[in-house]
Amino acid sequence: MSKINKQDIDKVALLSRLSFTDAEAEKFAGQLSQILEYAEKLNELDTEGVEPTSHCLNLTNVMREDIPQASLTAEQALANAPDAEDQCFKVPPIIQESG
Amino acid sequence: MTESSSACSTGEIHDLTVAGIAEALAKGDVSSREVTQAFLTRIESVEPDVRAFLTVTADVALGMADEADRRLAAGERGPLLGVPVGLKDLICTEGTRTTGGSKILNNYIPPYDATVARRLREAGAVFVGKLNMDEFAMGSSCENSGYYPTHNPWDLERIPGGSSGGSVAAVAARECPASLGSDTGGSIKLPAALCGVVGIRPTYGRVSRYGILAFASSLDQIGPVTRDVRDAAVMMNAICGHDPKDSTSAPVDVPDFTAALGRDGSDIKGLKIGIPKEYFLQGEEGRGGMDPEVEAAVRKAADALVGLGAELVDISLPHTQYGVATYYLVCTAEASSNLARYDGAHYGHRATGASDIIDMFTRSRNEGFGAEVKLRIMLGTYALSAGFYDAYYMKALKVRTLLKRDFDVAFEKVDLILTPTSPTPAFKLGEKADDPLQMYLTDIFTISPNLAGLGGMSVPCGFTSETNLPIGLQLIPPAFGEETMLRVAHAYEQTQTWCERAPKL
Repeated sequence: MSKINKQDIDKVALLSRLSFTDAEAEKFAGQLSQILEYAEKLNELDTEGVEPTSHCLNLTNVMREDIPQASLTAEQALANAPDAEDQCFKVPPIIQESG
Repeated sequence: MTESSSACSTGEIHDLTVAGIAEALAKGDVSSREVTQAFLTRIESVEPDVRAFLTVTADVALGMADEADRRLAAGERGPLLGVPVGLKDLICTEGTRTTGGSKILNNYIPPYDATVARRLREAGAVFVGKLNMDEFAMGSSCENSGYYPTHNPWDLERIPGGSSGGSVAAVAARECPASLGSDTGGSIKLPAALCGVVGIRPTYGRVSRYGILAFASSLDQIGPVTRDVRDAAVMMNAICGHDPKDSTSAPVDVPDFTAALGRDGSDIKGLKIGIPKEYFLQGEEGRGGMDPEVEAAVRKAADALVGLGAELVDISLPHTQYGVATYYLVCTAEASSNLARYDGAHYGHRATGASDIIDMFTRSRNEGFGAEVKLRIMLGTYALSAGFYDAYYMKALKVRTLLKRDFDVAFEKVDLILTPTSPTPAFKLGEKADDPLQMYLTDIFTISPNLAGLGGMSVPCGFTSETNLPIGLQLIPPAFGEETMLRVAHAYEQTQTWCERAPKL
């Protein structure tokens, strides 16, 4: 039985800001199921009491003095913008007017 | 050129190594402009077959060469001053398009240099272009490039390996004497083995990631690709070091890696080299099964080290078989977060005709990302989502601890670990393209040390008999132990002539 169904794909696609045709969704469901089944292998191991490793360097709270430093100008920051206006990034409506 | 200038230099300018070029420039035999022009000509001649570059920056290169010639004329000398290099296209270069191999950054021109690019620029290196790669470094064959696949210079019908396929193919095809790649699960070491060049993944934290398009932040590391070990040490000297702009950059001293090479093989006498049994198993069918010629070549290389006075020690890294599953949960979780930034709002591709901002995000990402990137974002998002986080992501982080402990235990007994880099030589284009899991298993030998934060390198150690394809061996040192690794690699290199072979193009 497939671990991932069409509903799962729709839910994860929404979280991922992606969307798929039915054919794509079916292909992804198959591939994801296969990979997750392979990942089940990890359940052969007892990891009770094992600390997780999210990172291999023992560095914590790397800070610098809070002093202003050189940074990009507004023009540089906007140079790659798909759309810009008045030194701002311009995007489609975020909040729609209601009724 | 004198023979001593480099192990691997013969014939034309484009056949010179980094050391050979630096020597010729220092003597005034050639100018950096002439050297650069020679490589640009070489690129023009072989690039229709190899396709290692996404962008060739001839004008930028000639400008940098002229600047290097001015510095040389003023008496300045340096191991990279005036030497052409190529950069993987996920390293930001001010004013030069940087795509990460993705259509979503098709038009992206960074307003700043990555720290590694800045360091090479200051050393006087000449940037000849940006190198092809699997999209956002997700792949083992370079077939996932959003633009076109790169071909293996030794057999154009085969893959160069990935994700730094362009970085290794360009050096193997002598389109540049050195390049930078990036290695997350093996993306430098693996393709270096498959293309018969030297590739180093430094210890995590050794090299700044500032200005690198992020894939999996706890694993990504930049490293050099060259034709011999000395050149790799030269590149390491240039790129390593603490960077305040990368909070995961390690505040550790950087040795002179060229000084670590030693004079001859006697420098490795008495070193204990671990041979992990799990890396020499005949795997299940098609899953990590080792090519007999690869095993023979690697064992022969190990014997050569014994001949130089090293001692081989049988060791075990018992969790090796869990490496690939662990890696693909960790790296996809990190990728799903890192790649959330590509939304069409600030830079990169934006879809037209969107009704609202969510629609714009979704359409832009749908149009900009390729299939493998979408698959990994989906897998990572799923593994991090409510209800599955503990079962997948947290489980993988705990197994990562076990994998790391394997190495901690091994390094109590040995100074260095030796394995094959890849269980097989380069496969044919298209062979694994529709089976992500088979493709993932390509990285089986490079993934575990990477999860443990360790560096490593691949060194050429032979060729297959009938297909004439390169074979590489992997050396893995303890964290920040690159000097031992380089010394052993250099000692081994002196015993053979693999790097004198060149692909026929």
